[in-house]
Amino acid sequence: MCRIGAIKSLDFVHPSMALQLMQSQQKGHDNSGFAMVMHDLGGIFENYKKLPTLSMAATDEGVRLAEDILHEAGFQRVLQWVPETNPQPGLDINAMPNYVFETFDYPKHLRNGDKKEQEDLLLDMRLKLREALEPNEEGFVYSFWPDVVTLKEIGDPRDIGTYFNLWQPDDKFTARVITAQCRQNTNYDIVRYAAHPFHLQGYTALANGENTFYLKNVEFQRKLHRGYIGFESDSQCFLYTLHYVHHELGWPLRYYKHVVTPLPFEEIEQREDREQLKAIRQSLAHLEINGPNTIIGVLPDHSMFTCCDAKKLRPVVIGRDEKTVVISSEVCGINEVLPERDWETDIYPNEREIVAIGNDLEVQRWKQ
Amino acid sequence: METMRVQDVTPNDLPWKIRYDASRCTLCGSCVSACSFRAIEAKVERRRMVFSESELPEPKARFSAVPVIRQVKSVKNYCRGCGICEKVCPNDAIRPERNPDTRHPIVTRCLGGDSIKRGGRKNLESTVRTLDKIRVGRISQMTDPSLDAQRHTFDLLAPFGRILPPQKLPLGVGPEGLLRTEGSTPPVRWIYPVVIGDMSIGALSWRMWEAVAMATAYLNEECGLPVRMCSGEGGVPVRLLKSRYLKYMILQIASGHFGWNRIAKAMPHMIEDPAGVLIKIGQGAKPGDGGLLMAQKVAEHIQAIRGVPKADLLSPPNHQGLYSIEESVQKMFLSFNAAFKFRVPVAIKVAASSTSVSVFNNLVRDPYNIVGGFFLDGIDGGTGAAHEVSLDHTGHPIVSKLRDCYLAAVAQGRQGQIPLWAAGGLGKTGDLAADAFKMIALGANGVFSGKLILQMAGCVGNDQGRCNACNTGLCPVGITTQEPPLVHRLDPERVAQNIVNYFLAMDTELKKLMAPIGNSSLPVGRSDALVATDRAVADKLQIQYVC
Ligand code: SF4
Ligand code: SF4
Repeated sequence: MCRIGAIKSLDFVHPSMALQLMQSQQKGHDNSGFAMVMHDLGGIFENYKKLPTLSMAATDEGVRLAEDILHEAGFQRVLQWVPETNPQPGLDINAMPNYVFETFDYPKHLRNGDKKEQEDLLLDMRLKLREALEPNEEGFVYSFWPDVVTLKEIGDPRDIGTYFNLWQPDDKFTARVITAQCRQNTNYDIVRYAAHPFHLQGYTALANGENTFYLKNVEFQRKLHRGYIGFESDSQCFLYTLHYVHHELGWPLRYYKHVVTPLPFEEIEQREDREQLKAIRQSLAHLEINGPNTIIGVLPDHSMFTCCDAKKLRPVVIGRDEKTVVISSEVCGINEVLPERDWETDIYPNEREIVAIGNDLEVQRWKQ
Repeated sequence: METMRVQDVTPNDLPWKIRYDASRCTLCGSCVSACSFRAIEAKVERRRMVFSESELPEPKARFSAVPVIRQVKSVKNYCRGCGICEKVCPNDAIRPERNPDTRHPIVTRCLGGDSIKRGGRKNLESTVRTLDKIRVGRISQMTDPSLDAQRHTFDLLAPFGRILPPQKLPLGVGPEGLLRTEGSTPPVRWIYPVVIGDMSIGALSWRMWEAVAMATAYLNEECGLPVRMCSGEGGVPVRLLKSRYLKYMILQIASGHFGWNRIAKAMPHMIEDPAGVLIKIGQGAKPGDGGLLMAQKVAEHIQAIRGVPKADLLSPPNHQGLYSIEESVQKMFLSFNAAFKFRVPVAIKVAASSTSVSVFNNLVRDPYNIVGGFFLDGIDGGTGAAHEVSLDHTGHPIVSKLRDCYLAAVAQGRQGQIPLWAAGGLGKTGDLAADAFKMIALGANGVFSGKLILQMAGCVGNDQGRCNACNTGLCPVGITTQEPPLVHRLDPERVAQNIVNYFLAMDTELKKLMAPIGNSSLPVGRSDALVATDRAVADKLQIQYVC
């Protein structure tokens, strides 16, 4: 099975915390990969929060291609960070030659530009890069967005941590929000793009489970937005739906659950907002997910949430102390990273709610 | 001795021959009186018997007149193989037997100078049905557990009405951060995914129609299944129009506009809105042909409901005055929507044909968002009378046409906006749940079925050419006739009970099919759940091939 986890803290935390969170759940996954997305960055990225950072794994040729494309579009590099790797014999990792985290300034005409224009350009650039690097597997572009960094690798999470020197905390590479997943997606080929979490325009989502409405979702999403591509994993659909509902339709987050796991008609009829709920259920029938799932998501404002499928067939727990909230597939993960917390306040979300964590760590539970 | 002419029609020219065993027959006359087609008669035969009365054989012959049952040798009163004689015979003395050497299609046309008409079943039996080459192949197991058909709740409802694309929903965010409606949406009804297909009062006997209506009401009110019944073209009794049961009825209008005068007049008195309006442009059982209600079936109450004299009633193949989809959208839809004040969804029914996907595409792109459902009717279904040549040789099977329409919607990113409903031979093998499930997984929102409802009522016809005399007004079981003695053979209570029971069984079966694929709502478009055991079918429908 997949194991997923997320940390949201008032302080900057290092990915070693995410690794520990995942490592303690090791029995629950198959050691085939580790991936994480960091939002609200600290350390060397802290002064560049407004500028987009490219996260990519690539060959030398891939790096060259990507940089050329970005330069041609007018982007100027202001920061480059190449993680120091620690290649030892015997590590179970299927590494790429280069891991690139580069921060760029926008092309001149957009420096003070409209936010929407900037957002659109960033998306188009990422799609373009992906298209250019895809044919010969010259590289994998995971995110190109301000204040977001993504790392994905195939192999044993412990060894991946060793390879990237991530077990040793430092204050260079930190963030206030880190989401992580262990294991690749076994339904499909092991491909880098298939690893959760997935990122799109400030939205991150990861899931533990299966999406039995995958085909319906894909067939519909393909036409909804140019950014909805790939579909290497059936969980990518959760991200796109999140983006569509929240970003494109502009609906409050609480309606995400009404889209992915709509209430049964009988229950809708009992509600005051039945008209709206029915309209949602009707028009977005193809975004419903049906199957066992736990979803964790991060919004562009760095707030975080989790919700489960309508039958609660996948586990998830939320633990917290004053400074940190942790979401995890298994409680042992939280025990590992927040051993001192009051475990009686742990939340086991039910099948009809969204648990949302605001930036002040206030935890809200919205009944669907 | 009578002169025999070789050109005369004999039972050997007809599709069925009567096997009669005089030694078992007690001449009770049941068969003759039960045969609604007058295909058998009591006759007297001259028999020669040789006997001897003396001690030594002294053969003498005696001639006597013996009453027997004989088949009528006429193309008018030919035996339909319905087997009613066999059913009523107390002594197993009589039964119809299929005649493989029949010359019926030739002699009938030669003698009548007219084309053959019959009730709408396909008689040219071909191969295994496409649906039977498809299986539910995705069985959820370890990672995505299957559901428990008994324990979990399932949401078995399908939309009837126009669905707006999400970005067009009139929703805004209120001050409390909740969505609120800032405009109106087209009416949508969520109904059971199996609609009782359009069979008019007139095509059906009044008892049969009443039984179906009764079953529909019972399913809704006692069983919690929101099943809808379509009136067919031919009007609705005014009492029903004014009753609260109208909400279970989809009113149909077809090119003959039969009965609409009365419906329009009843509008101010309606206490409930009908479930919907279905504009019939074409049907699959006789595509390109209009409806045909033979004068024999236009009984007095039918004349009253439809406002017509006793005559053959033909609905032309198309609505007079409508020559394009755009026009039908403008005229019919707008006028019906206006008539019911935009509260009642209006859908369209067309015959599956090479052009049906274009029609569908046109409607999907319609900027008025007005068409509330696309009912696609394939061959292999139907009840009404039709020319045999149309029934047997015209039209498209439904499976691939439905799939084409669904994929056309997918290609435009508009799936679900016009709910797709499909029919045509569904449930033919008796398993409507399996057929419906497969059609839904291929992209239908729901299905409709007419013929199978007749079977539930006790229809003895079948696709091998047995009976299929619905057009004659002589239905031996009282389903499709208006002849009082025949209608009285039908027990409406039992018919209603059969329909209710069948639907309850089917409902369980649908859940039993949804459970293993791990779905609790209808798996519309989940073609990944299906596999085909036939390569061509797999390719055409874009599903997985297995062998
Ligand atoms: S099978 Fe039907 S049509 Fe034929 S003789 Fe018997 S009752 Fe009449
Ligand atoms: S039994 Fe009646 S309804 Fe059935 S095929 Fe014969 S005539 Fe038609």
